[in-house]
Amino acid sequence: MLDCGLDMTSTLNFLPLPLVQSPRLSNLPGWSLKDGSAFLDKELKECSGHVFVDSVPEFCLPETELIDLSTVDVILISNYHCMMALPYITEHTGFTGTVYATEPTVQIGRLLMEELVNFIERVPKAQSASLWKNKDIQRLLPSPLKDAVEVSTWRRCYTMQEVNSALSKIQLVGYSQKIELFGAVQVTPLSSGYALGSSNWIIQSHYEKVSYVSGSSLLTTHPQPMDQASLKNSDVLILTGLTQIPTANPDGMVGEFCSNLALTVRNGGNVLVPCYPSGVIYDLLECLYQYIDSAGLSNIPFYFISPVANSSLEFSQIFAEWLCHNKQTKVYLPEPPFPHAELIQTNKLKHYPSLHGDFSSDFRQPCVVFTGHPSLRFGDVVHFMELWGKSSLNTVIFTEPDFSYLEALAPYQPLAMKCIYCPIDTRLNFIQVSKLLKEVQPLHVVCPEQYTQPPPAQSHRMDLMIDCQPPAMSYRRAEVLALPFKRRYEKIEIMPELADALVPMEIKPGISLATVSAVLHTKDNKHVLQPPPRPAQPSGGKKRKRASEDIPDCKVLKPLLSGSIPVEQFVQTLEKHGFSDIKVEDTAKGHIVLLQEAETLIQIEEDSTHIICDNDEMLRVRLRDLVLKFLQKF
Amino acid sequence: MDPECSQLLPALCAVLADPRQPMVDDTCLEKLLDWFKTITEAGSSLLLLQENPCLVELLCHVLKPQDLSSRVLSFSLRLTGVFAAQEDCFQYLQQGELLPRLFGEAGPLGGAAWTAPTVRSGWIQGLRSLAQHPSALHFLADCGAVDTIFSLQGDSSLFVASAAGQLLVHILSLSMRGPAEGPPSLQADDWPPCAQKIVGHIEESLRSTATPQITQALNVLTTTFSHCHDPWTQVLWVQLHPLVAALLQKDPVPAAHSLVDLLLSVARSPGLSSSSCGLWETLAQTLSHLSPTQAGLLALGILKLQDCPQALRAQAFAVLLQPLACVLQATAQGPGPSGLLDSTAADSVTADMLLPSKAACVGLLCQTLAHLELLLPLPQRPCPWPQAPLLGAAVTLLQLCRGSGSPASDAGRQLCALLLGCVRVQRAALDFLGTLSQETGPPELVTQVFAVLLEYLRSPDSSPTVLKKAFQATFRWLLSSPRTPGCSDLDSHTLLFLRELLPVLQKRLCSPCWEVRDSGLEFLTQMTRRWGGQAGFRHALLASEVPRLTEQLLRDPESYVRASAVTAMGQLSSQGLCVPPAGPEHPGSQQSLLGELLHILSTDSEGFPRRAVMQVFTQWLRDSHADVVGDTEQFVAGVLQVAGQDLDWEVRAQGLELALVFLEQMLGPPRSHCPYAVTPPVAAPAGPLTQALQSLCRVRLFEFAFRALFDCDRPVAQKSCDLLLLLRAKTASSSSLQEPRSSPDVASVEAALQRWRAGDQAQPLGDLEPEVVLAVLRSMDLEGLRGALAESSDHVEKSPQSLLQDMLATVGILGENEADCY
Repeated sequence: MLDCGLDMTSTLNFLPLPLVQSPRLSNLPGWSLKDGSAFLDKELKECSGHVFVDSVPEFCLPETELIDLSTVDVILISNYHCMMALPYITEHTGFTGTVYATEPTVQIGRLLMEELVNFIERVPKAQSASLWKNKDIQRLLPSPLKDAVEVSTWRRCYTMQEVNSALSKIQLVGYSQKIELFGAVQVTPLSSGYALGSSNWIIQSHYEKVSYVSGSSLLTTHPQPMDQASLKNSDVLILTGLTQIPTANPDGMVGEFCSNLALTVRNGGNVLVPCYPSGVIYDLLECLYQYIDSAGLSNIPFYFISPVANSSLEFSQIFAEWLCHNKQTKVYLPEPPFPHAELIQTNKLKHYPSLHGDFSSDFRQPCVVFTGHPSLRFGDVVHFMELWGKSSLNTVIFTEPDFSYLEALAPYQPLAMKCIYCPIDTRLNFIQVSKLLKEVQPLHVVCPEQYTQPPPAQSHRMDLMIDCQPPAMSYRRAEVLALPFKRRYEKIEIMPELADALVPMEIKPGISLATVSAVLHTKDNKHVLQPPPRPAQPSGGKKRKRASEDIPDCKVLKPLLSGSIPVEQFVQTLEKHGFSDIKVEDTAKGHIVLLQEAETLIQIEEDSTHIICDNDEMLRVRLRDLVLKFLQKF
Repeated sequence: MDPECSQLLPALCAVLADPRQPMVDDTCLEKLLDWFKTITEAGSSLLLLQENPCLVELLCHVLKPQDLSSRVLSFSLRLTGVFAAQEDCFQYLQQGELLPRLFGEAGPLGGAAWTAPTVRSGWIQGLRSLAQHPSALHFLADCGAVDTIFSLQGDSSLFVASAAGQLLVHILSLSMRGPAEGPPSLQADDWPPCAQKIVGHIEESLRSTATPQITQALNVLTTTFSHCHDPWTQVLWVQLHPLVAALLQKDPVPAAHSLVDLLLSVARSPGLSSSSCGLWETLAQTLSHLSPTQAGLLALGILKLQDCPQALRAQAFAVLLQPLACVLQATAQGPGPSGLLDSTAADSVTADMLLPSKAACVGLLCQTLAHLELLLPLPQRPCPWPQAPLLGAAVTLLQLCRGSGSPASDAGRQLCALLLGCVRVQRAALDFLGTLSQETGPPELVTQVFAVLLEYLRSPDSSPTVLKKAFQATFRWLLSSPRTPGCSDLDSHTLLFLRELLPVLQKRLCSPCWEVRDSGLEFLTQMTRRWGGQAGFRHALLASEVPRLTEQLLRDPESYVRASAVTAMGQLSSQGLCVPPAGPEHPGSQQSLLGELLHILSTDSEGFPRRAVMQVFTQWLRDSHADVVGDTEQFVAGVLQVAGQDLDWEVRAQGLELALVFLEQMLGPPRSHCPYAVTPPVAAPAGPLTQALQSLCRVRLFEFAFRALFDCDRPVAQKSCDLLLLLRAKTASSSSLQEPRSSPDVASVEAALQRWRAGDQAQPLGDLEPEVVLAVLRSMDLEGLRGALAESSDHVEKSPQSLLQDMLATVGILGENEADCY
């Protein structure tokens, strides 16, 4: 199984979970059907012209109908965003296999899960809504609830215990490490340049190679650069995890982010940045580190609020080997690789596990707050939206591309604060993909259908699709696709003692042949040629019987022949040996030598020679021996 | 030649002829040659050679087989040419067989030295100088030089090759000038042999299949028609025209660029009557045969011609417009002509040229836009000018580059993919769009123009250079936007646009990229200068955060931005558009802008912001800015005190400018130097002269000016000198201040000035009395000083004598070093 991401957009259908009691959210009117029946009013609430489910938020799990997940042997994880559904798989499906991921992926993935669990568990909600999921009722609901798919499979968040159990099934791997999977294939993670520890995977046998390219980036940000060279010579390249916002250039967006941030703060407003606790935030803090002095923002406090803020900031500094070269070299200076250490030292950046506690006493405005969750449905961000939403001086800047910002904002309307959408998605865009594919030249590309056509809203943008030769094979949800290659060869090892016994014969310059008699031993998809057991010495009755059962019959082998018969010389030889009246006829495949007197016919073709004579075995043997003189035996 | 130089010359010639003493600096040789040219232009070369036999000795000496440097050999060849330009001197050198030995087969031409490009170049330049008279032509014919020049046209050194071509043109022109008895025949068959030989060579080259040879021939012809306008050139063109036209039959047309140059030079030549020579037909043919890129150059050239058949102009303009017509057609929503070219529609060749490769597409579009931009302001530009379709094309291109257009056709989509994010096309299109603002357009298109400009200004993906161009184009379009009748204010549409623009500007002023902040501030300054007095603009600006942000940029870490912020704030303040900063969150902001600018002037570590402050202050003083009028004397005194100590000469020079403005305000403006200027009736000085002078004394203007007079930077000293001369002229007529009250003061001031002049400026002059100042001024030789300052700083060292001494000294030093080695 390649990755197991969690679709969190389902949470957008739920009411936000306020950390502090919100009179607005707790007094929303219940929603009733057109006919006035109000049996759903406990589950569904009307807020700002939209209908939301008033319940603990639920997530949409990976597809489970198509395949029995208990039969999955291995899960390969690309990056920490692509493992958020892991506890659902490992804990509830009978999965008994192994999960492979790099260390930063696991550690930061753990932080993301811990944050998620924490955000949801610290606002306990007794109510769980399920009535609305009834298909007959769902049909009657307004959009987008009406159109939500697979609602019956939506699940509440996992617990920390499940997280720990899931993570314990992960086997840590390093870049370029070769991992044997049951002897059948070898898998190797490669740096993908997108996030700390993010990987692409090579899955290869001795004769076939499949590359799985997930979230990758060619931009120079904090992680180790993408390893492109190792992707060369792939039979199939499975391509996914491209940028979600191909029209937004990350550099331009960072500039936009900084400008809007400065503009707001200079006017005395506060800036709210809903974000994940790891990833782009490191780059944003680095940009701000360079920018704040030039923008005269040195006195503005930056707050990073997350249950895992401290761990995230500290983890980032210790994964030196997973960082880009510049940052790696800083470790030897010694300096912290990321400048946010200096921001913390100089008190410009402060981090808190929650807005309760120390934060409330340190809190100073105007300020910039980085906090989760980007869906605006849970986490400390809900409080800041409620607090700052009423003033037009304040700004919320969306940088994470995973959620539609308009949908995220829906339960907070009407909103006076400014909203800026600067999605920063450093993953590959289509131009970069084109260059990558030209460089790597896979025989076939397999990708989601959406990548093979321009976005529906911009149908003229031919540049917003994958352009490669041969055209990419696309797949859609729940489609079964046969990869365009067949396994035709297996590699077989030969034992040294058997190899020693071989006597190769050169049949052409540079090509030698040898016959081999051996036992083919196959175990765990490994094939080994072993020396055949010596013929059993005749001994006791029982033993001999058993031995003869075990040992395969080793017939005395006839020698193999090779070479070709030069017709003219052959005719001369025949004449020397007393044959006369010889005729040679050319045929499509070779020649026919006619010995008219002897009423015999010799058919010489590329791969066979037939002597056809009328019951004269002596003559046949004589002729055969003459033929054999021209051939090599081994 | 003066005797001192004559004395030095033999030694120098000896040095030059000595291969053991290499001349390291060959600029000396160039200067020496220039000097000889000046001498020979003024007098007889023959006399010069006779009086200085060392020169002929030098020329003879270089011919000896020895290891002489190629520079000296080249110099000698050129020098010989300079001398032999005069016919009597030529004969003199001929007698000594010197010329054939230098320029003939026996000279460097056959030797190892010929491998040095500088020697070949010297040979050509020598002949170029020498070829001034009929004797020279005979000489060239006799020594077979013309054949050598033919071969040098293909020399590996571009300089040599180009010089060879020019020499051929010169020889052709000289031989056609002919003997003094009459003009040359207009029958080519009767032309002098030398001319026939050259023309024959050109003809042969034009028939060649090798492009380099064709290029050489075309270049020679281009130079000929550009420089010679005698009647024979028409005969030449008539003779060669069929060969040139034959080039067009080849596919691809060889040496297309040179061909275009030739045809345009023929068309521009006043010596040719174009209609009789089939030139227009050839031009029309060429336009249709060349590739769009090459044809574009020719089309522009044709459209720039003063008199040219209308049909050809129309064809040329169509060629020029083709790429844009193609763009319009590819992106048109429905079928039908694009409006740019009705008949041709989009030419398929151009479409082929545009689509297959990004480089070709971008190159052609940028070239087309640049050509049209050049054409627009010309009086001979095509009429009617297709303003609306061109506006449409520029807007479409800009939309394609942003991916915001929605082309319906495949070609349009391909074009969009090629142009997406292309900064070169964006820059060219924005420049072009800005130029188009000189004309108006249909209102719906103008709306689109403003929309696309706003899109560019808003886009986070616009690069800093593109943004700058977008700001410039926006300003130009705002300038051209219609006024409300009867009111000079911006019309309602423009004001609406302004309200959308200002938030964008606000954001740009906060950009992390300093170039963007800088262009934003420049744009603001331009807008404020233009519309600062108009209510609509003022209202919109004051409602925005722009003035406050600008004030904050005075403390930007980037000096260019600080400088632009100073200028912008100066402008805003002049128009009363500064928002007084208030509130507890702005600590220390109570100080006025004047104080802040003074602070920048005295503390900023970079020159640009300080220069900007001085310019603002000067403007404020000129405009009687409210902050200045309150206490002008204190203002001027403060500024001059700080500016006088500045390390940047431009700041000090600007200080003098400010002093001049103050002086004029005190004493009245200077008399105009222009004899035709309308002189206003002599205005009475602002107050009695004594009071004015006292005021000048109080602001310590004199101390500032006197210090500047001895400034180590010449422009400052010159400016100060002019200022003091003006002051002296202003006070000359005053009788009340003729005599100083106490002469000891004058003496002490003069003594102090002497010390200043010597470099010791530590001691201040102290408080000065007007009478003392005037006395000192009268006693100073300001005119003399001005004359001395007007001389260039190396006027003493520029004399020929000094040059010769320097050259000898350099060699002398080398000699000493050599001795040291032993």
